[in-house]
Order: sequence, then C-alpha cells, then structure tokens
Amino acid sequence: MTADAARPQKNIVRGGRGSRIGLRSVALGYLAVLLIIPVLVIIAKAFEDGIGNVFDTLTTPEAQHAFWLTLVMVAVAIPLNTIFGVACALVLVRQSFRGKALINGLIDLPFAISPVVIGLSLILVYGSLDGWFGPELLEMGIRVIFTPIGMALATMFVSLPFVVREVEPVLREIGEDQEQAASTLGANGWQTFWRITLPAIRWGVTYGVVLGTARALGEFGAVSIVSGRISGETETLPLFVQKQFETFNVSGAYAAALVLALIALATLLAMNLVRKRDSKTTSPVTLGKTQEVEA
Amino acid sequence: MSIIVENATKKFGDFVALDEVSIEVPDGSLTALLGPSGSGKSTLLRVIAGLETPDSGRVVISGQDMTKVAVQDRHVGFCFQHYAAFKHMTVRDNVAFGLKIRKKGKEETEERVRELLRLVHLEGFIDRYPSQLSGGQRQRMALARALAVEPNVLLLDEPFGALDAKVRQELRAWLRRLHDEVHVTTIFVTHDQEEAMDVAEQIVVMNDGAVEQAGGPRDLYEHPETEFVMGFVGPVNRVGKEFIRPHDLVIQHIPEDGAAEAMIERIVHLGFEVRVELELAEGDPLWAQLTRAQAEELELAEKQIVYVRPSRKKVFDETGPRTEELVLA
Repeated sequence: MTADAARPQKNIVRGGRGSRIGLRSVALGYLAVLLIIPVLVIIAKAFEDGIGNVFDTLTTPEAQHAFWLTLVMVAVAIPLNTIFGVACALVLVRQSFRGKALINGLIDLPFAISPVVIGLSLILVYGSLDGWFGPELLEMGIRVIFTPIGMALATMFVSLPFVVREVEPVLREIGEDQEQAASTLGANGWQTFWRITLPAIRWGVTYGVVLGTARALGEFGAVSIVSGRISGETETLPLFVQKQFETFNVSGAYAAALVLALIALATLLAMNLVRKRDSKTTSPVTLGKTQEVEA
Repeated sequence: MSIIVENATKKFGDFVALDEVSIEVPDGSLTALLGPSGSGKSTLLRVIAGLETPDSGRVVISGQDMTKVAVQDRHVGFCFQHYAAFKHMTVRDNVAFGLKIRKKGKEETEERVRELLRLVHLEGFIDRYPSQLSGGQRQRMALARALAVEPNVLLLDEPFGALDAKVRQELRAWLRRLHDEVHVTTIFVTHDQEEAMDVAEQIVVMNDGAVEQAGGPRDLYEHPETEFVMGFVGPVNRVGKEFIRPHDLVIQHIPEDGAAEAMIERIVHLGFEVRVELELAEGDPLWAQLTRAQAEELELAEKQIVYVRPSRKKVFDETGPRTEELVLA
C-alpha cells in the first residue's frame, strides 16, 4: 500500500528531473542560436580581413563622428527620460486621477509602435516644409528633421518606457510608510524624495537606465528616418554599420557592430559592478510589506 | 502636551471613516484608541499626526490649532504597524534621521542616538541594517527614531500588531516603563482590548467612525455605556436583552428560583482558569469562567445537567444602561 503510494510520486520526481534537463537544453539552445553564435560570428568576421582594416574603418572621421553622436544621443535622451520616468512613475503609483489609465497606456506606445512609424510621425509633426510645427520652428532658426535634434527626439521616444516601467513596481512594493515616517520626522517633500524615495528605488532606476541606454544605443529605424543619414553629420553607429554594409565594406561593418556591442556590454558590466558593491554595504533582504488602508 | 480633537469628520469616497469625532487626551497620559477594523481609530491617529487631513473639525495640540499645519511641522513622533524602517540605512542613521533634518551637530547627534539606543536596549545594534533585526527590535528602533526629535506627542499605530504573542507581551510592559521614564503624551491604536487595558491609563473605544465611550480601563469594564463596549471590552454572554460576564455566571447542582437548566457541552482547562461551555435548555449557548478550585469543588463533567444564574447582569434598554446585582443565597 505504502509502496504503491510512493511509486507514482517517485516517477513524478524522475520525470521532473528529466524535463528540467530538457528545459535547460532548450533554453540554452535557443540562446545559442539566437544570441551567442551570431555575436561570435561578428567577432570572427570583423577580423577576417586583418586587424588593419578594422583599425582603418574605425579611425575614419565618419566612424569617429558616428561613435561620438551615438554617445551624445544617449547622453541627451537617457537623463531626460530618467527624470521624466521617475516623476511619471510617482504620479502613476501615488496619485489617482481621471485619465490615469490613458497615461498608463500611452507609456507603452513606443513598445507597441514600429520605430519606422515613430520616425515618420516625427517628420509629420516637425518636418521643415509641411510639418505641424516645422515651418514655425524653421522661422526661429530651428531645424528638427535631418538634424541631431530630431534624432534625439526619436531616441527619447523609443527609450521612454524603460525607467517608468522598472520604477513603478518598486514604488508600489515599498509603499508609503517610509516616506510618511520621514515626513513625521520633519523632512519636507524634497528631502524625503532624495533621502528616502530615491535610495529605495535606486535599483529600479538603474535597470531602467541600463535597458533604456541599450535601446538608445542600438536604435535604427526611427533615427534612420529622421536623420537623413548624412555621413559625418547625422549618422549614429547603427546607421554607420548599415552604410558600411551597403558599400560592401563588410568587415568594416562588423568592426563597427562589434564596437556597438562592446559599449552595450560595458554598460551592463558597469551596472553589475556597482550592484555588487552596493549589496555589500546594504542588506540584500527586502521584506514583503503590505499596505494597510485602515486598521 | 494635551491633544484635543473636535468634531473631526473624514470620508474616503462613500466610506465615512470618522463621523464628528471628539476626544481629549490629557498632558503626559498614555491613551489607547480601541476598536475593531474599520472603526476609524487609525484614521483618527493619522489625522492627529497630519498624515490625513480631516474634511472638517479641528486638531489642537497643546493649545495650538494644528489642523492646517503640515505633518513635518507638527513635531509628532509616529510609529507604524510595519515599522517603516528606512531599509537602506543603519540603525544609527535611522535614529539620527530627524536630527540630521534639523541640522544638529555631528557630536550632538551621535550622543543623542547612543542615548536613545540605550533607552530602547539596542546599543549593540547601532551598525546593523533593519533587515538584520527582529520585528520587536525594529519597532524599538522606530520608537527611538520617533523619540529622537523630542516630539510633542507620540502616536503609535498598532505598534505590536505584527509581532508574535510573547514579544508583544514583553513590549507592552516595556512601553509602560518607557512612558514612565519619558512622560511624553502618548496615543496608541489597538484592536486588542487586553492590550489596551494592560498598557493604557485611558481608553477611547471606537466603532463605526464614532467614539462609543472613553474612560479608565476598569471604568469601561465595570460600567460600559453601550452594548458595543460591553461586548468589546471583555468577554460577554448575551441572553435575550441581558449581558452577563462569564465570571458572573454561577453554576450549581440544585435547581432554584432564577436559575436556568443547562447542559455542560465542554470543559476547557486553561491553567488557572477553567472555561465551561454550556447550552441552556432553550438552546442558547453560553460559557462560564471559573477558577480551577471552583471547578474541582463542583466536580463538573461534560454532558452533566447543572443550573446556572448570573450574580450580576447588565441590561441596555430605552432608559439607558443599568446593572442588576443579584444577592447570592
């Protein structure tokens, strides 16, 4: 009786182990086919024509400018999106008002819409000839489309949701108790934000920044449309890669792609280093807290 | 410093959390706000602290109208049920928070932090993080943090609600002693009548957003003014319109005028106390609280038929509450 009862249980365990190994190989195989092999091939291809060609491609003024412009795009888009993202998450989590669901939906728009469409819509709004605000802005001497300004707008658009969406759940989890405690201790809103709220959400912000940066670095579609793709002027690294590829400098394209990948990797690495140092000084444990409405 | 709340009303949508509530808390006292969930006791505490703004009414602390004063300027100490520890700060920085906001000197702050941690018995934990403390230690840290800024009043929202029974017992006694030492006007919210009676000098019983009765623990127990207070402050049997405390129920073996027939359903031994669960001939359940000696003397057994009568009962009718004492033969 007891042996009978134990047998099917044992089978379940064995089946569990088998399917676990199966699941693991599927996951790893998937990653290998989609990510690891292509990246390795890029590295191999980049150096196919010798290191000289890599060096030559990367040291041309166009390449240098593309590299520089990519960093500028990130430097403009990410800080602005971070400030907006934190503020927006605070509003969405801590306040209730009409139209909140609408804002909530709008935030995800950049995820839902194809980047090409985003680029085109920017032209419709800011186009110097027949955009909504384009002619007026041109009179003031500001050109948006086919300049880095439009490219920055496109980059901001596509990288907008990351900080909001990473910070929101963290804010919800920490609740308002700590902030209220700070206010009873005499802290005003600003002091409470800097001393309590921001430290509590710092990892949400960091993840949002890293993911947003990765997106901003690699953005092609939207930026491509509004840039006009003028070499040495409105060409970011992804556009530069594409151009090298089109002009049959394949190893050059791979070399630039490699640089792009390395920047993204460095960002991830930096985050993990900071995180490791941080977890040494503060406690890793977070307590599940429930918010009491009324007791 | 004394606290006076006058006609405070607070609504959350359609829900009336506070309905014209007025209370008075004397200077230096230790007062409990007692009531079930949703009675408005926490809301009242948060209104006093300034964490909620009343729709109407006034909050006066030490003779000063505080109704429109922002929470950070009210100078109140507040402790939360779930401690609200600043998780990214050490115990030292948690306790020093209010002092740093007030830009106190480094040495003064450190000295005060150490003094307070001595007071709450956490001297050895100054460099720990909240996650490395137990629940009881965290709440003591939160208390030290609240006391650090020498608040006018100390407000505790279910301070022991999330702790286990034994720690709770210890902290109650400790809070009493602390209050004797510090003497700051203290209000604490609880749903546990035993806790309120154990710790507080004055109890305000709340129900459905209104004050049912305020008074000393003994006064509330002996002279409840409403059925709700009778039932909430201490155990009670209800037979028709009559309320009888379980220890006012006399069990005997001989029938007598005024004694009702009942069968013993169950006898529960709780150490010194013995709880006898009975069923009246008419079918109503009730229970009696006896000492072990009394129970042994009566030689009670389950399924036995006995006769019960109250030595004291309480009736709430149109003429108001009245107590009927019945002389024992």
